[in-house]
Amino acid sequence: MDGVTVTGVRGHARIVARADGRGGTALPVLDGEGPLAPRRTRSTGPGAKVMVVGAMSGPLGGDRFTLSARLEEGARLHVGSAAATLALPGQTKDAARYDVRLDVADGAELHWLPEQLIAAEGSDLYVTTRAELAAGARLVLREEQVLGRTGEQPGRLTSRLTVRIAGRTVLDQELSCGPGAPGGWDGPAVLAGYRAVGQLVVVRPRFARSPVPAQVLGEGAALVPLAGPAVLVSAVAPDALRLRRLLDEASARLD
Amino acid sequence: MSRAALLVLADGRFPAGGHAHSGGAEAAVKAGRITGAASLEDFCRGRLHTAGLVAAALAAAAALGADPAGLDAAADARTPSPALRAAARRLGRQLLRAARATWPSPGLDAVARQFPKGAHQPVVLGLAARAAGLGPGDAAHCAAYESVSGPATATVRLLSLDPFDATGVLARLAPELDRVADSAVEAARRVADEGTDALPAASAPLLEVMAEAHAAWPVRLFAS
Repeated sequence: MDGVTVTGVRGHARIVARADGRGGTALPVLDGEGPLAPRRTRSTGPGAKVMVVGAMSGPLGGDRFTLSARLEEGARLHVGSAAATLALPGQTKDAARYDVRLDVADGAELHWLPEQLIAAEGSDLYVTTRAELAAGARLVLREEQVLGRTGEQPGRLTSRLTVRIAGRTVLDQELSCGPGAPGGWDGPAVLAGYRAVGQLVVVRPRFARSPVPAQVLGEGAALVPLAGPAVLVSAVAPDALRLRRLLDEASARLD
Repeated sequence: MSRAALLVLADGRFPAGGHAHSGGAEAAVKAGRITGAASLEDFCRGRLHTAGLVAAALAAAAALGADPAGLDAAADARTPSPALRAAARRLGRQLLRAARATWPSPGLDAVARQFPKGAHQPVVLGLAARAAGLGPGDAAHCAAYESVSGPATATVRLLSLDPFDATGVLARLAPELDRVADSAVEAARRVADEGTDALPAASAPLLEVMAEAHAAWPVRLFAS
C-alpha cells in the first residue's frame, strides 16, 4: 500500500501484459500492495490470467484505489477478481474513490471480468472505469453493481464507464444511485426498485463491417450496437444472481 | 436577448414534431410503472436528472458555440440505445427545419449541410437558441423542460390522466429543473477548455432498455 493516512487508504495496482513472441503473454509488471493484489494464475485459454485479490476490506469512505492494466500489441489477458468488492462506510464522511484505467493496443485482447461491486448500507463510492482502445484492439468488459447486501438499504454509488476506440468516445455513461443521489434514481425511468444493474461491453474490430442488430433480452435487458465497433448489453435485475444470468446469456449470443 | 424568443422556442406548438414522442412514458405505462400523477412525477424526476441533464448540457454547449460535430458524437456516446439515437436525430432534423424557417441563419444552414440525416435534437436546440439570440441558460432550460413536459403530456393521453395533475407535476419539478439547467450550463462552459468529456453522462438504464423494446412494438401511439 502506498500509505495509510487519516483520510483513508491509498492503493495502486498495475498490470502490464506483453506478447512474449512465442504465442504467449508475459506480465513484465504485476504489482500492487495493500488493498489490491494482482496474482497470476494458471490460464486455461490462450494468454495470461490474473486474479485481483482484495487483501484488505473496502474500499471504505476516504479510500482511494487505482487499478490499471496496459496491454501492449498482441497481448492477451484475462482479469478476474477473487471475490466481490464490498464498498463500506469509513471513519470519515468522505466518499471513497476507485479508478480503473485500461489501455489496449492493436491486436491485443482484454477480458476484464471482475466480480460484483456491492454498495453496502452507509457506504459512499465514486468509481470510474475508462478503457482506451486502439483501432485493432478487442475487449470484453463486465461491470455489475449491487445496491446493498441482502435485506439492507443501498449505499451511495456513482459509477462512470467510458470506452474510447481510436481516440473516439463510443460510450460514456454514469449511473448515480442510493441515498443522496439525484432524485428519481429508484423511480420508473431509472431503476424502478431493481437492486442489481450491469453492463457488458464487447469491442471487436469486425463489428465495424458487420454490426450486431439490437436485441431485447427479456424484461430488463437489451443488447445494442453502439456508434462504433462495439456492443453494449445493459441489464437490470432484482439481484446479483439473476443479473449475472442475463449478462451470461447475452455474452453467449455474441460468441 | 429577447425573452419572447424563448417563449416561441419553448412553446409546445412550435412545429418541431416533439408531440409524437413520449420520452419513454408509453413503455413505462405499458409496464405498469406509471399509473398516476405520483409515479409520473417520479418518472419525470428520474428523466430530468439523467437524459434531461445531458440534453440541457449539450444544448447549452451548442448555444455557447462549441463544435456541433463534437457535441453530436458526445450525444451518441451518451445514448447507447440505437432506437433513441434514431429518435433524437429525427427530432433534430424536424427542429432544424422549423428553426431555419423561423430564424434564418448561416449557422443553421451549415448544420443542415453537415448532418443530412439530422443531428441530435439537443445540439440543434442549442444552435436554434443561438440563432434566436438566446443564451446557454435559455437553451438548457428549454432542453430540461422538454425532457419532462413530453412524458407529462403523453401520459395525459396514455392514461387519461387529468391534465391539471400533469401540469401540477411539472410545476412541482420547476425548482429542480432550474438547478439542472444551472449545472448543465456550468458543465457546458467547461467544454471549451476540457472538451466534451466535461459534459455530464448521467444515464437511466430502464429508459435505454425499454426504448429498444418499445421500438419493436408493432402498434404504438408514440414514436419513442
